[in-house]
Amino acid sequence: MIDLIDPVYLLTVVFFIIALERMGRPNTAYSGIVWAGLAMALSVAVTFLLPGISNLGLILLGIVIGSSIGWYFSSRVAMVNMPQMVAIFNGMGAGAAASIASIELLAGGGQGPNALFAMAGSITGCISTTGSIVAFMKLQSIMRQSPLVFAWQQAANILILILTLGFSVAFILYQQSASIIVVFLLLDILFSLLYGFLMALPIGGADMPVIIAFFNSITGIAVALDGYSLSNYAMIVAGILVGTSGIILTLAMAKAMNRSLVNVIFGSFGRVKEGTGAAAGNLKTLGTEDAAIMLSYSDKVIVVPGFGMASAQAQFLVKDLMDALSKRGVRVYFAIHPVAGRMPGHMNVLLAEAGVPYELLLDLDSSNRELENADVAFLK
Amino acid sequence: MPSDIWLSLYIIILALFIGYEVIVRVPVILHTPLMSGSNFIHGIVLIGGIYALGYATTVVEQVIGFLAVVMGSLNVTGGFRVTQRMLSMFTKRKGQAEHDRPH
Repeated sequence: MIDLIDPVYLLTVVFFIIALERMGRPNTAYSGIVWAGLAMALSVAVTFLLPGISNLGLILLGIVIGSSIGWYFSSRVAMVNMPQMVAIFNGMGAGAAASIASIELLAGGGQGPNALFAMAGSITGCISTTGSIVAFMKLQSIMRQSPLVFAWQQAANILILILTLGFSVAFILYQQSASIIVVFLLLDILFSLLYGFLMALPIGGADMPVIIAFFNSITGIAVALDGYSLSNYAMIVAGILVGTSGIILTLAMAKAMNRSLVNVIFGSFGRVKEGTGAAAGNLKTLGTEDAAIMLSYSDKVIVVPGFGMASAQAQFLVKDLMDALSKRGVRVYFAIHPVAGRMPGHMNVLLAEAGVPYELLLDLDSSNRELENADVAFLK
Repeated sequence: MPSDIWLSLYIIILALFIGYEVIVRVPVILHTPLMSGSNFIHGIVLIGGIYALGYATTVVEQVIGFLAVVMGSLNVTGGFRVTQRMLSMFTKRKGQAEHDRPH
């Protein structure tokens, strides 16, 4: 029976790669999550066959509790609030990774290369846990959304990071007394949790997706490190896949917003000056009727949706408007800024929810081209 | 053993390249679902939680292991459901999309 575990883990890894690959193309995207889900179910099921495993009742209880809470909230939340759900579930995964690493460290007492990997897993897991929770609370408006900055913030962050690393080194090098290294471990966990918290504080508004993608990637790395200390190759490969893809997504998003990743890590992120591009040309106010006439007599209309449309759930109305205009022979397109909505692609999901075909959604380059010969562009 | 660490490094390097190649050409419209999908994939941490709790001997280890299993399951089910709901927007026709609208 034990022979089943490794083949299934290998299959899991292959399925995950296929899943990611399929999720990268619109036509096959949905089947991607099905492949990944199937692989996950198999690998979790087969883990129960581990030799000499105990506490089975507790494990099942934990899975039932976690799964019901997770399913309940993720099924209820509106599509517009999905980004914070990604943040909170990422934080949970990171918390799990940090907990596993702590158990390894407590049991192993900080010896051998395993301890180094487990320590790194603990630090990254803790940082990603509190960071993701802050991101969740900001997007959910439990915390103030605007960047929170204070004097000496960078110095404080760096000091906390140094303390974190210092206690990690102390934990690994100091082998005299078991109770003292437990204190080192606790301080280490405390400071890395604090660092994650401080790291997310100065970030707000449109910058949130970058930090969520970044923490997602960090969690992947934490999982891979745990995988190493548990000698579990499925966790190593899955973790590294997420770590790499997460970093690439982070860089793509940061680039779209003219930020650098160094600024993300050292927290000066939110302080970058807001753009002050003044509107050029003539502005005049337009009544509803005028707007209706203008739209229905134009040839080509480009809608530039923003977060206002999303938070008002107006994508359904916009779709109705599109249908009405199409009936009159007006061509309607949607120009999607890379970071419209709360994450790159979030706006596309919201419009897809309302039934707008994705062929009508234009990316940045084609939008700029099309905007030049459009009759009306309207911004929401 | 050194051979073990080298083997792991080979695996990590290869996985890095696969992660890069798989993701680098993805269109912007799929960035958010894909981030959510990779969020689900690191839910594999749940099997680490099962290891940790399954071999826990002291009460402290059991408590932390239990927390790890709960949080890991939250990651797995939440990550799956969020991704699945987002991606279903790309397959459904209008009538069904209206039906799935939050109330």
